[in-house]
Amino acid sequence: MMDALIRSLIDGLLLGFVYGIAAMGLTLIWGVMNVINLSHGSLIALGMFSVYYLFVGLGIHPYIALVLTAVLGLIFGVIIYFIAVHRVINAPELSTLLATYSVNMMILGIGTAIFTTTPRNIPLDLGSIQFGETVVTMTRLIAAVISVGVAVGLFLFLKYTRPGRYIRAVTDNRDAAEIVGVPSAQVLALTFGLGTLLAAVSGGLIATFFPFTILSGETYELKSFVIGVLGGLGNPVGSLFGGLILGLIEGLVPMAMPTTWTPVLEFVLFVLILLVAPNGLFGGEE
Amino acid sequence: MSKKFFQHASLWLSLGTVLVIGLWPIVTHNALNRETAFTVLSAVALASSLNILLGYTGYVSFGHVVFFGFGGYVGFYTINVLGWNIWMAMLAGGLAAALLAYLLGVAILRLRGAYFALATIGINEAVRAFINNFAPFGGPTGMTLNFKIYKAYGGAMHALQLVFYIMVGLTIIVTILSYWVRTSKFGLGLLAIREDEDAAEVMGVITPSAKNWAFVLSAIIPGMVGAIYFFKNGTIEPGLAFPLRTSIEMIVMIMLGGQGTVLGPILGAAGYETMRDYLLVSPLFKNLQLAISGVLLLLIVLFIPRGLVGWLRQRYPKVRRWLI
Repeated sequence: MMDALIRSLIDGLLLGFVYGIAAMGLTLIWGVMNVINLSHGSLIALGMFSVYYLFVGLGIHPYIALVLTAVLGLIFGVIIYFIAVHRVINAPELSTLLATYSVNMMILGIGTAIFTTTPRNIPLDLGSIQFGETVVTMTRLIAAVISVGVAVGLFLFLKYTRPGRYIRAVTDNRDAAEIVGVPSAQVLALTFGLGTLLAAVSGGLIATFFPFTILSGETYELKSFVIGVLGGLGNPVGSLFGGLILGLIEGLVPMAMPTTWTPVLEFVLFVLILLVAPNGLFGGEE
Repeated sequence: MSKKFFQHASLWLSLGTVLVIGLWPIVTHNALNRETAFTVLSAVALASSLNILLGYTGYVSFGHVVFFGFGGYVGFYTINVLGWNIWMAMLAGGLAAALLAYLLGVAILRLRGAYFALATIGINEAVRAFINNFAPFGGPTGMTLNFKIYKAYGGAMHALQLVFYIMVGLTIIVTILSYWVRTSKFGLGLLAIREDEDAAEVMGVITPSAKNWAFVLSAIIPGMVGAIYFFKNGTIEPGLAFPLRTSIEMIVMIMLGGQGTVLGPILGAAGYETMRDYLLVSPLFKNLQLAISGVLLLLIVLFIPRGLVGWLRQRYPKVRRWLI
């Protein structure tokens, strides 16, 4: 009993890190430009397929494919920004919600036609290691380590680089940033690109241990919403903790009741936090 | 001519459009046309209902299908388990949806903008996940009607006919409701909330209660549509009852025709459904139907955010008198 508990706890926590960076992409975009990116889920799914085809098709090792996927994600995000979001960035939120959802429809429509909805999985088995009594799957452990690395990287990027400072300046006050010479359109495009990069990387990591289809993204998008709200929308660091909380819930709930109750708890929690503490459990900005 | 006359002209135009769709299969005596018209009318009813909240009040519900699904489940349960007839089941579905909207409204209508939209997505998913676990409603496998139930209506053929007439009736009711809200003092309060909620409050609109009633009004008809839709369908399960995509399609229809107008959602729903039918049967576009709808949505959002009716009103100021 105790073993099973510890095991599902560890599994949940490791998964939580990966969910955390997915949510980080969503909440970065929300925090900087006040856009809820409804194409997030399909971008996660594209990340899964990118790693899959680079590995199965070209024989590139999944973790190197992940780097290429990150670059592709960044470029793709910038393109999406200029085509779909830039024109409506100052319009009421309905416009940006629908603009990003239209991108979601296009990706899913074309993706379903190309990839069909047959489940895929990446045939990668790195074994597992034993910590005392508990066994941890290597792919999950590596995914968690990479996720933490990505999160730290993002934090350092935002804190110490010039583009990172620009992003923080635009977050604080877009008009004032423009006055002092920050190129806000490029900064917003970069932010959207980074958000897409995070989505694609998290998708690629999830694909190394879970089977997926082009439609799998929706589940992870909804999880990202829950995590984003837990950690505070617009608070990327909070997302990592939000991810851990969600991972814990997913690890612990099945011990007490049937697994199918997990989403009920998650979404009830989601709505409650929106109502009680819309800035998340850790305060967040504003 | 008085202002009232022109306002009425707008109502007749909307009702006329609904009647043309409703009479088309009756005149052509074609069962296939009737199925198409049923789909179009249910889309019109759902879009016009959501328009009361989204178009008039300015609150974007991304999970409005929850009322369709919940009303559908309650209606289905009363027919299948309690043995009620379709009329009572429809009322039960509508009332259940209205009650759900009232209770939810008290809690979530305090949220504004994107937070409200997120909360509605969360609620739809929470209700779907709950019903997935709720044994009396059949859990993940849902419920299936006993075929004998249609006997009370003179067989399945007659039941389908009856359901279609009910659908026409519901769509007429929702059109009148939408027109009444748009032209009433209550509706004026909603429009004021849409433009500036704080200013509306200062000017004496009791915003919490107005918003809540708008939410309830926008939920009743979807609940009734859900009840008859699943009675016709003969089976119900969580995936069919709460698809997030349908919620967003309702918004697309409203945007296409013009949000905040009476005629807009009717034209938008009819246009969208017709286009989708065409794309679905065309061998070239069948697989890309979703992508093409996405392109269409993006073009509307970027270039004609007011929709067809809104664009006409802006472009030709003279039509504003009779086109609302």
